[in-house]
Amino acid sequence: MIRLILVLAALMAPVFASADDYDFPAVLGPGRTLVIGSTTDIEIIRPVIEAFQSAYPTVAVRYREETTRVLYAQAEEACRQGAVRDDVVLSSAMDLQVKLVNDGCAVTLSRPGLNALPDYAQWRSQLFGLTYEPSVIVYNRTLISPREAPRDHFDLLDLLRDPERFRGRIGTYDIESSGLGYLFATLDDQRSSTWGRLIEGMGRNDVRLYCCTSEILDGVAEGRLLLGYNVLGSYAFARARENPDLAVVVPSDYALVLSRAAFVPADAANKADAAAFLEFTQTQAGRRILNEQALLFSPLDGREHMFREAGIEDAESRSIRPVALRPALMAGLDTMKRRLFLKQWRDSLGIGAD
Amino acid sequence: MAETVAHVSRPARRPSLALRLTIAVSLILLLAVTAALYSAWNYGLQAANEAYDRLLTGASLQIAERVAVIDGELVVDLPSSAFELLSLARNDRIFYRVIGTDGETLTGYPDLPPPSGREADAMVYEIEYSGETVRAVMTTRPVAERTLSGQVSVVVAHTIHERMALARDIATKAAILVGAAALAIVLLAYVAVRYALAPLTRVERALLSRDPNDLSPFDIETPREIETVVDAINRFTRRLDRRIGSVQSFVADAAHQLRTPITAIRAQAQLAAGETSPDRLRRINRRILDRSVAVSRLADQLLSHAMITHRTDAEPRESVDLRRVAMEAEQETRSLAEESRAAPVLDLPEEPVIVTGDRFSLREAVKNLVNNAYEHGSPPIVIRVGAHPGEASIAVADRGKGIPPAERGSAGTRFRGKRPARGKGAGLGLAIAHEVAVSHGGRLHMRDTEDDGFEIGLRLPQTEEGTP
Repeated sequence: MIRLILVLAALMAPVFASADDYDFPAVLGPGRTLVIGSTTDIEIIRPVIEAFQSAYPTVAVRYREETTRVLYAQAEEACRQGAVRDDVVLSSAMDLQVKLVNDGCAVTLSRPGLNALPDYAQWRSQLFGLTYEPSVIVYNRTLISPREAPRDHFDLLDLLRDPERFRGRIGTYDIESSGLGYLFATLDDQRSSTWGRLIEGMGRNDVRLYCCTSEILDGVAEGRLLLGYNVLGSYAFARARENPDLAVVVPSDYALVLSRAAFVPADAANKADAAAFLEFTQTQAGRRILNEQALLFSPLDGREHMFREAGIEDAESRSIRPVALRPALMAGLDTMKRRLFLKQWRDSLGIGAD
Repeated sequence: MAETVAHVSRPARRPSLALRLTIAVSLILLLAVTAALYSAWNYGLQAANEAYDRLLTGASLQIAERVAVIDGELVVDLPSSAFELLSLARNDRIFYRVIGTDGETLTGYPDLPPPSGREADAMVYEIEYSGETVRAVMTTRPVAERTLSGQVSVVVAHTIHERMALARDIATKAAILVGAAALAIVLLAYVAVRYALAPLTRVERALLSRDPNDLSPFDIETPREIETVVDAINRFTRRLDRRIGSVQSFVADAAHQLRTPITAIRAQAQLAAGETSPDRLRRINRRILDRSVAVSRLADQLLSHAMITHRTDAEPRESVDLRRVAMEAEQETRSLAEESRAAPVLDLPEEPVIVTGDRFSLREAVKNLVNNAYEHGSPPIVIRVGAHPGEASIAVADRGKGIPPAERGSAGTRFRGKRPARGKGAGLGLAIAHEVAVSHGGRLHMRDTEDDGFEIGLRLPQTEEGTP
């Protein structure tokens, strides 16, 4: 509860206060600067930026890491006022990105490397999904045996029926503060029949809510949490490489797949390098980093790599649902809809409105 | 050489019939194609608009359906299916707004305008929004609750990229089809024109391959449309043939007619060379003089005839008063007449007698008839002008026996065979009169008069309402 209040307080603080800036000087002397506003953890994306700079040695990169809502607020204001902030806006909140592009904030890019992306991963040649990240369940191997570990959403429902074992030891997103959590929740709600029961089950078990993927992963890795639900797969895979106690499950009944969406703002100062950066992520070199190092995977050929990383053999038969970059995502953003949905969510979890 | 140059340069100056037809067909096609493209574009736009307006309407109805009143408040639970529907317009940005009973924005884009007053009936409208043209549909739904009643309006809009793309697609396909058809028609039209004009080429080839001296009519198969052209050519060659024939026979006749008196004159002159008797010499001299006068008159007549033949074709026709022709003929005859002769008498009506023709030719004809009358008839000689129903006449009468009735039918055929000229005349005068009558559309008319005389004259078609 206290955590939730803290998160809400952070959200109400001035939007530009919490910026974490990382500078990557140009490899060859002072050159042009590319400013990337992103929600991706710096440690995850660092190899991508470094690979980009080895291909474009004269470009310096300033990487600004923000939460999804803050990044959206900044980009929205920049768009409305015609101000320049970022050359690339890269966010995992696909719905917010779609909204920004729908409101005319992006430039059209005509790059063969980007046009080759699958249909669901591009919209209007302005918004491009660069990654292929499933929503997964994580658990701690030392606390849950692989035999009883959930394989799909129904297994999870069954586990949650245990009255005491999971009390206070399940983590998921606080969808009021996490744009990504909210997106996953609305998509779960639209696409599965288990969502309502799952939320109720979590509510019964006094679910812990977090703003960010890494905090859920921390909890599970340290054993404070037994299980994390709807965690971003890319972060989970990375953590699982470091910590063998952490197990990653791609639900076998269905798995939402998110594409980190990027666009170049209409008033961007360095459009050329911005477009080059987006295109670079889908070059052979870029894809190798995404698929093998960053574990963000590419929409072009990341599926195989993702399943290999998850240790799944029967990859062909898996039901994977990539989230399409379409205005349909905007339905969940509607203020009234959001209010109704959050109310329903809170009621199901048994949290009263604060 | 000059002929070759003229032949080569001709097509450059005058476009061929085939080219003209092809250009005409192409122009008509161009017009038709333009019209077809214009309507194809309109049709494409209409079809695209209908298709995409249905999306908008469907989405707005779905949203309107989810309007509810909960605890006395209007609540809209936007269905994601409505947004999925709108997303079918692949590249279009979408906008929406739900307006409550008091005109307040419940949710959506608060500045998305509803239709303006004039468009209120048509719930589909186009506006400028967010820097682009967007097409919008508004659906209203009545709400009647205890605490709340009125209209809830749902406005759904999207940009028009996809519908324009669809319209362009439809129009482009239609354009390709129409263009291909037009091209095919032009080619076929060219072939058809060539086929239709093939007989002209045949005529041209027949004309070119003809011997320059061959003036016989063409006997080639032609379609009805150019039959008249070939007929005209045939009529022309026939006239040319006749003209050349008459010139040839004139030359032959003239030579024959002139040779006889000249031979006679030479014979007399030879006779005179060996003659010493003054009496005989005087007689011979007299004969030579007579013959010379006859030859001179014959030459006059031949020239006159040639002149008339020329004028028949060349001179423009005018209104001529026959009374004036008679007076001029009388004057000229008198001035040239030998003193022994009595001048001709004029017999003219009060009213003008008008014909259309050549005054010179008519005067020559009358003069020749008068001379004939002096030659063969007996005085007094009368030049008479008269008007008959539909015909005008100018005639010369005398007291002689005239042409024997058996020969009257063939009178006017020049020289009446190859009979040598008798006396001073050569019968050429009658031929001249005949020719003039015929070229004026009339005839030579002969009759015996009541007072045992003979009258010969020209009967010509009278010109009505002529001005003297």
